[in-house]
Amino acid sequence: MFKASWAYDEAPESTNHIQLKNKYDLYIDGKFTKPVKGQYFDTIDPSTNEKIASVAEATSEDIDKAVEAAKKAFVGWSKLSGKERGKYIFRIARLIQERAREFAVIESLDGGKPIRESRDLDIPLAANHFFYYAGWADKLTYAFPNRSPKPIGVVGQIIPWNFPLLMAAWKLAPALATGNTIVLKPAETTPLTALKLAEIIQESGLPKGVVNIVTGAGETGAAIVNHPNIDKIAFTGSTNVGKYIQKAIAGTHKKLTLELGGKGANIIFDDAAIDQAVEGIINAIFFNQGHVCCAGSRLFVQESVAKLVIDKLKNRMETLIVGNPLDKNTDIGAINSKKQLQTIENYIKIGLNEGGEIYQADCKLPIKGNWCAPTLFLNVSQSHRIVQEEIFGPVLAIQTFRTIDEVIEKANNTPYGLSAGVWTQNGAKIFHLTQKLKAGVVWANTFNKFDATSPFGGTKESGFGREGGLHGLKPYVKFD
Amino acid sequence: MSRLAIQKTYKLYIGGKFPRSESGRFYAINNSKGNLIANMCLASRKDFRNAVVIARNAQSSWANSSALNKGQILYRIAEMLEGRKEQFIAELIAQGETAENAKTEVLLAIDRLVYFAGWSDKYQQFFSCINPVSSAHFNFSVLEPVGVVAVIAPEKQSLLGLISVIAPAIVGGNTVIVLASESKPLSAISFAEVLNSSDVPGGVVNILTGKKEELVNQFASHMDINSIIYCGTDEQLILSISELASNNVKRTTFYKKNDWASDSCESPYFIEKTQEVKTTWHPTEI
Repeated sequence: MFKASWAYDEAPESTNHIQLKNKYDLYIDGKFTKPVKGQYFDTIDPSTNEKIASVAEATSEDIDKAVEAAKKAFVGWSKLSGKERGKYIFRIARLIQERAREFAVIESLDGGKPIRESRDLDIPLAANHFFYYAGWADKLTYAFPNRSPKPIGVVGQIIPWNFPLLMAAWKLAPALATGNTIVLKPAETTPLTALKLAEIIQESGLPKGVVNIVTGAGETGAAIVNHPNIDKIAFTGSTNVGKYIQKAIAGTHKKLTLELGGKGANIIFDDAAIDQAVEGIINAIFFNQGHVCCAGSRLFVQESVAKLVIDKLKNRMETLIVGNPLDKNTDIGAINSKKQLQTIENYIKIGLNEGGEIYQADCKLPIKGNWCAPTLFLNVSQSHRIVQEEIFGPVLAIQTFRTIDEVIEKANNTPYGLSAGVWTQNGAKIFHLTQKLKAGVVWANTFNKFDATSPFGGTKESGFGREGGLHGLKPYVKFD
Repeated sequence: MSRLAIQKTYKLYIGGKFPRSESGRFYAINNSKGNLIANMCLASRKDFRNAVVIARNAQSSWANSSALNKGQILYRIAEMLEGRKEQFIAELIAQGETAENAKTEVLLAIDRLVYFAGWSDKYQQFFSCINPVSSAHFNFSVLEPVGVVAVIAPEKQSLLGLISVIAPAIVGGNTVIVLASESKPLSAISFAEVLNSSDVPGGVVNILTGKKEELVNQFASHMDINSIIYCGTDEQLILSISELASNNVKRTTFYKKNDWASDSCESPYFIEKTQEVKTTWHPTEI
């Protein structure tokens, strides 16, 4: 019924204005530099599994060069007045805004996310982040009363593939504002927008060596983590790798911030605005194909409205458009990589084997590329693996509850503590819940909202340190 | 006929009670002349695990008590300590401090409690903020306690150091499990008596006496400890704490060379060490 009445014509975003090279080198010391060992890897369009470009693979020799450049640049950059530092960062923000559409298209090509999201969220937020922290650069003493903040030194930053440019902005902007120099590694499946950002940084006239962008996979990341001349590591990614990094830098002088996995609880009370809540559930779990560390992947619905909510949810899932990331109608794009698709499919199998009742939207998936239909599981409980473990895909586990105390206990019963959501029209209930939920970010009657001024980050095994807002400065300064 | 003095039996402090170690073991503390001052309980790993369960159960109600209430309780601890300061001075002297140092340490310890008592209903105002987001939301960030905190207290300044580390943790709504100074453990257990008569709910502060060698790795690896504070300079221990902390992404704090008598040990930033930032998005559109 929906299929017939909800059909849309194709509305592809134009790609003729983007500038992509066939081959990308490393950005070290203000120049694009060939990797010492001469190795390159392919970056793939996950919606077709076709190659977009070759990208340099940095080895430890290249990391040595990048760290050396950052160390040399630190002398001048950390001494530059905050006002001048800020002006460079403002300029980077403006250059991103000017080229926003090009960045959005490349982000969707390289990562598979719907163009609507990269255009309206990833790229503007990335620019906003630079704009926000630019203004802090000459006001740092106001952020830390009675203390004198100083830059830490050379910062190694390792970012994930789910929000490639946005995560680069979250990492670079506060580090630059506080006077550090940087070696940043984008994820191996989504290096392109970071490399385009390197072009912008070059254009901005930022002193050479202040930002170095090196591409590669896990081994490149390990070379950064273990480099003796790096003073701080900032990592966003899985909890397992986060734990590995925390252990690897034990006993060294390196500081650390970690933004790791999550298993966010999204709680719907019977006094919620139900249609709005259903939209919120969709956004919480299917936004960015569920490749979101703070995704609302555990849904808790109050028993008295469970049937209503689940029926509406299933109906709404049928109208989601899965397909070409560059089509402006698309709601759910491509799964970021073959490997991630296998992980998700494996979890769906686990959910079935453990007795979960599956429902998948009846949508036609493209033949080429990596795709996963929006999926939910009923008949699961706290002990099921798909309830406990982060899937990082469009898979929702639904449980019901009767009382507030019960749902608080269930929601908090996880090693993670990144995000949570509450849906009710009762203001006191909202604050009761937001106080009791163990999470770094709690959304009331909304989900997956982000803002440059709003601190983001986890508790428990979701990591430590905040990104965004006033609190996002602290991970990049030291005190006497 | 001369009267035989009554000696105190020092036990552990767990959940507001004074149990002996479940292991039944002890270790002796002697004075500089080699005479026995006290037999201390040699706490076991099991004692520690019991304490974690109790500290976890006590944490949310302690955190939910009002800031005013927590401040008054910390002030009450100071009052109780003031009333018993002579005993604490004598105990420090028995453990080898000079009379002058002992007195200074005890008085500073009392004042430090008053200092952090005063922060109780203020630090939140200092560290919190409203974030001017671009959407129709009232967005704010506040501090919340990290949860259960393990503390390896400093060897020296065994009373002042202990108080300087636990006061900011508990005033922020955390519960703590402390391993007292191994060589000077008496003050910590006498301090437990003060805590026990100061309206501090049972389980908020738990104090063990025992061997670092045996217990520190347990403190660092336990999956239900959220944060660990180590006071000391043993690089080997720091390495092992840091490695084991990664098991459950524990927050680590190392106080390597703090002189706890210094004014620099008084700041709200010590409270911040065992806090998490929580950001809330509340709708403003109807």
